Amino acid sequence: MPDIETAAARLAETLKKYKADYIEARLERSQRSHITYRGKELESAGQSTAVGGNIRALVRGGWGFVSFNDFNDLPQRIELAVKQATLVGKEESRLAPVEPVVDTVDNKQDRPLTIPLAEKKQLLDEYNEIIWRTPHLQTSVIGYADSHQETIFLSSPGSYIRQPRTDITIRLSAVAAEDGDVQQANLSLGSRGDFSPMRHLHKEVEEMAKHAVAMLSAPRVKGGEYTVVLDPVLAGVFVHEAFGHLSESDFVYEDDRLRQVMVLGKQFGSKELNIVDSAAVPGLRGSYKYDDEGVPATKTYLIKEGKLVGRLHSRETAAKMNEKPTGNARAINYRYPPIVRMTNTYIEPGKSSFDNIIADIKEGVYAKNWFGGTTSMEMFTFSAGEAYMIRNGKIAEALRPVVLTGNVFTTLNNIDAIGDDLDMNQGGGCGKGGQYPLPVSNGSPHIRISRCLVGGS
Amino acid sequence: MEKLLALAKKVAGAAEVFEVAAEETSAQFETNRLKHIQSKQSTHLALRIIKEGRLGYATTTDPDDIKNLIDNAVETARFGMPAKFRLPAPSAYPQIDILDPAVEATPLEDMDKLGQELIELIIAHTPEILCEAMVNKETESVKLLNSSGGQAEYKKSIFSVGIYGSLIRGTDMLFVGESQSSCNPITQPKDIAEVVIQQLELAKNPASVSTGQLPVIFTPRGAASALIPSLVMAFNGKMVLQGASPVGNKLGKKVFDEKLSLWDDPTIAFRPHSRPCDDEGVASRRTPLIEQGVVANFLYDLQTAALANTESTGSGSRGGGLPTPAPSALIIAPGKTSMDDMVKDIKEGLVIEQLMGAEQGNILGGDFSGNVLLGYKVESGKIVGRVKNTMVSGNVYQVLKEITAVGSQAEWVGGFLHTPPLYCPRLSVASKG
Repeated sequence: MPDIETAAARLAETLKKYKADYIEARLERSQRSHITYRGKELESAGQSTAVGGNIRALVRGGWGFVSFNDFNDLPQRIELAVKQATLVGKEESRLAPVEPVVDTVDNKQDRPLTIPLAEKKQLLDEYNEIIWRTPHLQTSVIGYADSHQETIFLSSPGSYIRQPRTDITIRLSAVAAEDGDVQQANLSLGSRGDFSPMRHLHKEVEEMAKHAVAMLSAPRVKGGEYTVVLDPVLAGVFVHEAFGHLSESDFVYEDDRLRQVMVLGKQFGSKELNIVDSAAVPGLRGSYKYDDEGVPATKTYLIKEGKLVGRLHSRETAAKMNEKPTGNARAINYRYPPIVRMTNTYIEPGKSSFDNIIADIKEGVYAKNWFGGTTSMEMFTFSAGEAYMIRNGKIAEALRPVVLTGNVFTTLNNIDAIGDDLDMNQGGGCGKGGQYPLPVSNGSPHIRISRCLVGGS
Repeated sequence: MEKLLALAKKVAGAAEVFEVAAEETSAQFETNRLKHIQSKQSTHLALRIIKEGRLGYATTTDPDDIKNLIDNAVETARFGMPAKFRLPAPSAYPQIDILDPAVEATPLEDMDKLGQELIELIIAHTPEILCEAMVNKETESVKLLNSSGGQAEYKKSIFSVGIYGSLIRGTDMLFVGESQSSCNPITQPKDIAEVVIQQLELAKNPASVSTGQLPVIFTPRGAASALIPSLVMAFNGKMVLQGASPVGNKLGKKVFDEKLSLWDDPTIAFRPHSRPCDDEGVASRRTPLIEQGVVANFLYDLQTAALANTESTGSGSRGGGLPTPAPSALIIAPGKTSMDDMVKDIKEGLVIEQLMGAEQGNILGGDFSGNVLLGYKVESGKIVGRVKNTMVSGNVYQVLKEITAVGSQAEWVGGFLHTPPLYCPRLSVASKG
């Protein structure tokens, strides 16, 4: 195995010597394991190791990037990155100033990779047994994965940061079928390295399996506009999809028209609405001490009292918008350059209890649990894993899964109640620019949206 | 690789080594100008063993890391899935042209020029548009060796070009785009630019549709986003084996409209998804999936085929993990009706070019539901403008049971699907004027 410490030590001396405005290197060693079940049987178990690295160079505003698994001839790779950047660069290089950092970050989380595969498998067996105890079940899928990576980041101004990262995910789904009709329910969970949350899902797994079966006899919602109440999980997906992506400055910084839409100080929602992105909260899947440009993590208010007050930056977007860097440049691994990403994104809690939120809804939809979500800046869609009608202030019959869609700007304005029960969802993975899945978390209290478009029959 | 195979055979009854080495260079454009050039060198080595009847699996990026790789595979084989298949013995593969040295030889300057020209063509049509573009070249070498003596080795070149434009007026946003790929270099920007310019033309005026049941034409790109994900799952032999595919017990039965024929074809010359054999060393072949509405076959890899008492269709595919059945390139047979004639037939309806979020619903059951990211209203036989705030929902099996017409002109979408437009008599549309 190439030794990343030795390679990094050698690079630290040479990065300054090239004709470029800025050069950085990221070297990475990782181990992963996964176990998947399809139906009653274990389908696949595997372990992988990877060692790789990259060099990124900036010359007159143009970027060159070279990634590799082969550590022979690193000087030639640096030269290639510089040559590429030189070919691109026709402007002025601008990066928000950041003090070079020399640091070694501790990883106090327990290491999932030290738990034997057999023990992880035993736990998944228990969950699968619970799923299969449910009548009318057609099949189940369980995916467990963990990874540990050690990264060394170096830059030509002198940063040298060693930072580990551990990530665990589990996703279970139960598929029920009857007369050619197929329904599925899902449960997903993740952690920043602590394995214990994975151990106690027995009750949730049982409920998930029962829900898949119950949906076989559930009606489809009639398509149209409803007052919709989102649970913390789905509201977290909503804030990530509908607003979070718009706050990523790489979409905005060179687009004058979008800059006008996203001008700081603009009112986007009610006075009760506060939206935050923070990698500085410890222990969540999007948490870290430094981003992949060596910038310290921060807590960034995106919306405060309904007004746009901040956005997420890389060093380049911050410099070009004359704002402060926020430490949001992230890469999923050494094969990719860092781009502006979210970390832990959430709506801060308000004052309403859940009962109050639904009390005066005559006919509405209560949408729970995450299934997926995507956005095109202006429009978003996200789908609920579970849904119920709300009738006369009470949760009524279960529905088939619903897809919600809308215009980001009007929908944020239509949030008219925010609960007091903030909860973070650790089960998601975010995709952007071909980089998927990036560990993130998102969360919210229960929220109510008036006039939300729901797809249906 | 030979040494690794020999060592692995000492600890396991059967073993297979699979290696992919790739070199990739891309020119990336942002805000209408070149912004990044990226090169990626990668090595991926996978070891699959059968030890005491069970599968073990491990991968590494380091070809010298043999001991660790074998140890990892042996640990997973303790509880791996029981292997029901035999690794294939040597066999003859079809000769399929997938390597053009001109791809690797394309200089960065030419890639830059192609991207610039493409952007200039779009800007000439709509000056205020902001484009992102990507010109990419890649060469990959695939090698496979197994303990039954099977071996395969091939090299492939891929050239791809993509462009995405955004047009923002206030909070009104329009997104257009197209991408193409080939095993030969793409040298002309014109075809790609034409697709985008047509999208911009058709989307010029705003339009709104009624809420209700309306006829819908899916363009090739629209079909790819709304209908194909469900079919990919339904024809996967693994889903069939689990009883989770809605067409699993319909082999030989007519489930779809007779105008619909679909097959998987990894043997088309110079297509990026073509290959002489699959990722387990089974020879490539064309596999009919739907023949005139009748369910004809499902796609299998070795293990799934063995469990289902059938043969592999050469569809074993690895996305960095163990092989699993997957299509290579899906082809839908063109029909007889021109796009113009389909549009003329509609009093009020939709043309769907891109559906957002369609894959989030119950894909397995065939349900799709998405926001019309790019789509046009048809009024009295004419496309009159772009619709927004509109959601369509349906079920693939209901939609494809009765198709009004299949288009005469098929196109490649994302290198993975070749389809004509599909005209469906009615679909649920919810609109927020």
